[in-house]
Amino acid sequence: MAVQERELPANEVLLEVKDLRTQFFTEQGVVKAVDGVSFTIKKGKVLGIVGESGCGKSITALSIMRLLPEPRGKIVSGTITFYPPEGGSVDITRLDRHSAEMRRIRGRHIAMIFQEPMTSLNPVHTIGDQIIEAIQLHQDVDKETARKRAIEVLNQVDIPHPERRINEYPHQMSGGQRQRAMIAMALSCYPSILIADEPTTALDVTIQAKILRNMRDLQRQYGMAIMLITHDLGVIGQMADEVLVMYVGRKVEQADVRELFLNPLHPYTQGLFRSIPLIGLKGKKLVPIAGSVPSPYNLPPGCYFAPRCPRAMDICRQEAPAEYEVEPGHFVSCWLYK
Amino acid sequence: MAAFIGRRFISMLITLVLVSVVGFIVINLPPGSYLDVYRAQLMVLGTSTAEQQIKALEKRYALDKPLYYQYLKWITGFVRGDFGRSFQYNREVSELVWNRLGFTVVVSVCSLVFSWIVALPIGIYSATHKYSAADNIFTFLSFIGLSIPSFLIALVLMVISSRYFGMSVGGLFSRAYENAPWSWAKLVDFLQHLWIPVVVVGLADTAGLMRVMRGNLSDILSMQYVQTARAKGLPERVVIYKHAVRNALHPLIMNLGMSLPGIISGSTVVSIVLSLPTCGPLYFNALRSQDMFLAGTFLVFMAIMLVIGNFLADIALAMVDPRIRYE
Repeated sequence: MAVQERELPANEVLLEVKDLRTQFFTEQGVVKAVDGVSFTIKKGKVLGIVGESGCGKSITALSIMRLLPEPRGKIVSGTITFYPPEGGSVDITRLDRHSAEMRRIRGRHIAMIFQEPMTSLNPVHTIGDQIIEAIQLHQDVDKETARKRAIEVLNQVDIPHPERRINEYPHQMSGGQRQRAMIAMALSCYPSILIADEPTTALDVTIQAKILRNMRDLQRQYGMAIMLITHDLGVIGQMADEVLVMYVGRKVEQADVRELFLNPLHPYTQGLFRSIPLIGLKGKKLVPIAGSVPSPYNLPPGCYFAPRCPRAMDICRQEAPAEYEVEPGHFVSCWLYK
Repeated sequence: MAAFIGRRFISMLITLVLVSVVGFIVINLPPGSYLDVYRAQLMVLGTSTAEQQIKALEKRYALDKPLYYQYLKWITGFVRGDFGRSFQYNREVSELVWNRLGFTVVVSVCSLVFSWIVALPIGIYSATHKYSAADNIFTFLSFIGLSIPSFLIALVLMVISSRYFGMSVGGLFSRAYENAPWSWAKLVDFLQHLWIPVVVVGLADTAGLMRVMRGNLSDILSMQYVQTARAKGLPERVVIYKHAVRNALHPLIMNLGMSLPGIISGSTVVSIVLSLPTCGPLYFNALRSQDMFLAGTFLVFMAIMLVIGNFLADIALAMVDPRIRYE
């Protein structure tokens, strides 16, 4: 098994998340949306984050962008260290989310696209205005140059006749085109990291494949890193270099994509793979994971997956497992691998 | 856009014709006519020639003819600027109306502007600082503003201004200036009187507008494209004003279109309490005494304002929201 070199030179790491804890304070109690997650995003790589809805993958992204609905939801501990291209480092969790420094990172260095292409563009401004606004916000260029750049980037995301479509409003475009326009807007300032939160979930499958291929091409062309959030293991297989599996706010497994697909270790990851239908494999039954995700207000002690786990032991129900490096670069949080 | 305006214009004319027909019928629905009121008055006076006078009036205004004839006679005059005669005042309706229209428009437009200037910033503040102390206070005040009848506020303000500021209350002028020609002193006097009706009339709308703006903007703020705007790195101020507020204005623009007829008829009760020389009380009396041409004229005027208001609101909406333009 070709295992990726883990110890990359420091300048290759763009973002380092350490023991991030993000909580929501609701009337029913505290929800630990992200509960001690660590990972790094490396230059030119695609990090896939996979998990069910509500597992904290989107909240992790919003924590990095500092777009949480504060003070209802906020980062309570941990660090998010960003290494800007011009050198140095900055801990995003320590910035004021409205500060000029944070706003320079947001959109300029770390761009984000969202799941709902139908509603993620403002209906009263043209596509062009919305992209030009982003360009002029972060780069010292005149409107004409910004417009040229907008047309160029729309062309790169395969929107036909960009010089004409730049004047159109979002409602004149299809869902796929709107998502392409969102990607164009995100890329317009040459970000070093693109966070894509379920970018193709709302689109139909053929368009999904085209957009993913386009994203992969642009990622190489721009040399940027992508943090790809999805619940679709197929998308992960097509796009990711490294994968992080999350369950109820915790990271349960992390590995190189091929290693994870060939040798999933955590019972939850194994369950995910068993529940994907594969065309052409006869006689193999789909096995859903038994039970359901625990309520965030009433989490079991120990491993959160223990109540659903077919291989749960006594200790699983009492104590949360530590993270074990089973193979170089392959981490799993499970007592089975102690 | 031109076709859109043309289509709207034609439907506007049709609406006006229908409103004038229905309005005329409704005004004539109660049993009797102004002549019955007049006859009763003459009887009280004990005039022996009552019947003859009534007959003469009936002939003059074609009141002995069927309703459709009366309508046609009136409406054909209307488009030529002859609104008919008021029985009650025994004057041309146009004289009566133009006389009061100026003051009415000044009071109404001022209170409209007042309510927007007060309501919009508060609504925006409330929506962006939801459940903060200030928001809760504004919410509380707006419910009070909505639930206290405006004539009561008018009375309270009259008491305050006369007792503590020693101002003459009611009307738009002090007695000394009432019939004086326009001068600086009269203008100052006018402005001193103007604020009470403007505040009283405006306050009721302010409370409503505030709630609408707050509710709308907080819906819009949870939209994905607001998050997109933040994700670009825009300052919060730009996110709110450029990306959110513009989308939250639709119902308010519609509301503005609906409030144009109120410029003529609005706040009748307040006008009566404050004895303002505006159209509201005149219209109210005309309806009470079945002064049908006067009442009919007001009705058509208000219909025209309503239709024009909606027409302007549609055009404004099309300018604010590109989705309407292309439909």
